[in-house]
Amino acid sequence: MSDTTATSAAGRSGPGIDPVKLLLEGRAFFALIAIIVVFSLLSPVYFSVNNFLIMSSHVAIFGLLGLGMLIVILTGGIDLSVGSTLALAGVCAGFMMQGIELSWLGVTLYPPVWVVVILTACVGALVGVVNGVLVAYFKVPAFVATLGLLYVARGIALLLTNGLTINDLAGEEALGNQGFAWLGFNRLLGVPIGIIVLAVVALLCALMLNRSAPGRWIYSTGGNARAAELSGVPVRRVQVLVYVISGICSAIAGLVLSSQLTSAGPTAGQTYELTAIAAVVVGGASLMGGRGTVRGTLLGAFVIGFLSDGLVIIGVSSYWQTVFTGAVIILAVLMNSIEYKGGRKAPKPVPRKSAPA
Amino acid sequence: MTRHETIAAETGAQAVLSARNVAKSYGSVQALKGVNFDVRRGEVTTLFGENGAGKSTLMKILSGVIQPTSGEIVLDGAPVHFDSAAEARDMGISIIHQELSLAPNMNVRDNVFMGREIMGPTGVNYAEEGRQTRALMRELEEDIDPLTPVEELRLGQQQLVEIARALSVDARILIMDEPTSALSASEVEVLFKVIHDLKARGVSIVYISHHLEEALQITDHAVVLRDGTMTARAPRREIDLEWIVHNMVGDNFDLGSPPRGHEMGAPALSIRDLVLPDPNRPGRNVVDGVSLDIRAGEIVCIYGLMGAGRTEMLECAAGRVANSGGEIRLNGADVSGLSIAQRIEKGLVLVPEDRQRDGLVQTMSVGENLSLASIGAFTRGLFTSRRKEREIVDRSIREVTVKTDGGGAPIGSLSGGNQQKVVIGKMMATRPGVIMLDEPSRGIDIGAKAEVFRLLADAARERGLAVLFSTSEVNECLSIAHRVVVMRRGRISAEFGTGTSKEQIMAASGESAE
Repeated sequence: MSDTTATSAAGRSGPGIDPVKLLLEGRAFFALIAIIVVFSLLSPVYFSVNNFLIMSSHVAIFGLLGLGMLIVILTGGIDLSVGSTLALAGVCAGFMMQGIELSWLGVTLYPPVWVVVILTACVGALVGVVNGVLVAYFKVPAFVATLGLLYVARGIALLLTNGLTINDLAGEEALGNQGFAWLGFNRLLGVPIGIIVLAVVALLCALMLNRSAPGRWIYSTGGNARAAELSGVPVRRVQVLVYVISGICSAIAGLVLSSQLTSAGPTAGQTYELTAIAAVVVGGASLMGGRGTVRGTLLGAFVIGFLSDGLVIIGVSSYWQTVFTGAVIILAVLMNSIEYKGGRKAPKPVPRKSAPA
Repeated sequence: MTRHETIAAETGAQAVLSARNVAKSYGSVQALKGVNFDVRRGEVTTLFGENGAGKSTLMKILSGVIQPTSGEIVLDGAPVHFDSAAEARDMGISIIHQELSLAPNMNVRDNVFMGREIMGPTGVNYAEEGRQTRALMRELEEDIDPLTPVEELRLGQQQLVEIARALSVDARILIMDEPTSALSASEVEVLFKVIHDLKARGVSIVYISHHLEEALQITDHAVVLRDGTMTARAPRREIDLEWIVHNMVGDNFDLGSPPRGHEMGAPALSIRDLVLPDPNRPGRNVVDGVSLDIRAGEIVCIYGLMGAGRTEMLECAAGRVANSGGEIRLNGADVSGLSIAQRIEKGLVLVPEDRQRDGLVQTMSVGENLSLASIGAFTRGLFTSRRKEREIVDRSIREVTVKTDGGGAPIGSLSGGNQQKVVIGKMMATRPGVIMLDEPSRGIDIGAKAEVFRLLADAARERGLAVLFSTSEVNECLSIAHRVVVMRRGRISAEFGTGTSKEQIMAASGESAE
């Protein structure tokens, strides 16, 4: 039997470069380069450090949502509630900045900004817990469970503010709760804080996915949940975990966005869940689960962000922007299906138990 | 061989459908190696063979479900080519799969005409469909209202609906794959009567069954397959049970022998009065009071037919399903309430039967698959150690002799036998005390089989590993196992030492002599 001798290291082929493969694997990167080149030629203001930083601040929102979405999609799930969670988080933060009135004590608490940030993240995590428990333990399809939370979270955001936007997030010096605008406006070494937040979250996500046990659990759950479970992976806890991470990412995005806008509106982030999914897909992740990278999703977020901002800059009508964005997403999915058709070459199982030969 | 010549002469006149030198490969696994097979006009041709012999593959080729790698199919003397099951069906060839392919939520009429609805001027002509369905059911002497939802029918009746569907397209050749495996004795009688009637109408039937005696009652002509080749064929009057078993099983290929010369320890795994209800048939138990002890260093084989409860028992012991009665003890401690992960940690692991569905993560590499069950062993603090992981992966690749381009290779690049070794290696990497393997030899070639058994035997001898494996191939019972336990209908029907024979084992499983 030639196939039964151990040759573990032998026969490893050299790192040959196949141009087609390279183009396919780096497609999001090449798309980004192409977008930058084309828009730089079309508009004199596009290619400037300042414009890139402004566009990147927009990308930060989609990037944060996209990272959470990626982690959910890696397990084969989907999280449609991220846009609503973003709005809910923003509103909650704004609500806390206005002061929490404890009527039975007759006092109003003005928590400092760092407390607001942590509590807001907890709100996001809570939405994630509900999503995760519904999906993992009550076996509600992810699409339906998170669709429900999409409505519920949005509804709560509207209830909290009576449908109005909270405009005063600055805080007061006397109350010690200033500094909310820092997240959206300040720059560190010239880089907007939003982008730094995105970079930190991306780094944490990449570390978790590539270098920790939960990361391996996430990939295996998405690749084959049954096999993962039989290998001792706590599949259901993993499913809850990913929605919690997605919820926290949405809450952080909500904080950054409301800081950027200096207002927290209950209608913020509508359809952002779709943009986040688009970023993940453009980044080469498989919606079936098990395949996808942080790097790809970041590239995907930049592709979509730079494309739509570029279209605005050269003055294309917003109707056409929608058409272009849609076309990019379809193209990305087409290329994904080409890639995974070749890659997922599981040999057909020889007649199974159900049909003994 | 005079018989050979007579067959050659006979087939010209009598074969309605023939496979000529048909071969089929799945990757590196050859399921069929040049088989000649004739379906005889107006007769029942029974195909015998063990699991993995290629019976279902051959039937799928004849019915157009899959296409052969080489060889040709001859229908009424002319070579034909089927691109799909629908094409074969149009030529009058129908197959009834072992699992019925009915839509349980739809009624009998709609199932019979599914995909071939009779269209009238105002959409589907339900009246005509109903009339034809009623006529078909009357022919089968089973008075079922065409509007009855299929899920309300007994299994035997559902089978008749399948047959009605086959007849509704004027099937001249009807292939039945294990039609009786889910039927009661009286339902089997009805089915046999229907088969006789069909024969009388000139329908040619191909019949596959593991119940040898039952099949002998109905067959006119027997063909035996083994390891993808045809080993024998003969008319009914020339054969008996012994002839079939001999040709099915063949001479022993050496799959090893029970390891000797090591001390067996205390019982590592003790199963006591295990009961598991059947989720599909309320009130019945799929595992019905099984008690079993496996000592450290001992290798025990569970033999049984499909549906005997082997898989369910193993999955229950591994923690995938909870037992409703009895207890499972590992080294004396009750593990019944523990999760799969906790049982793995305590040293009780399962290598599942279907490696594609339950064993491998296709999106991950060979190395990631191998290390999946032992992530804890290479995690330091929050992070995994790449060096530690590579050590574990390399050691596993060596231990279970996986032939791969290294741990980074995609899992799909391996042959079936090597994929199976990865699944086994993954569980062995957790350093278990008890390893359970559900049909570890399924779909792998004989050389890989021998290697798998050898590495299990080595682990039992050297490390005192307790091994419990199930099989539906009687040859494998007589390989490395110290003890053979035969299961039948959820119970242990017999237990043998090493000195047993294939016939004894098969008899105890209910496969041959009742």
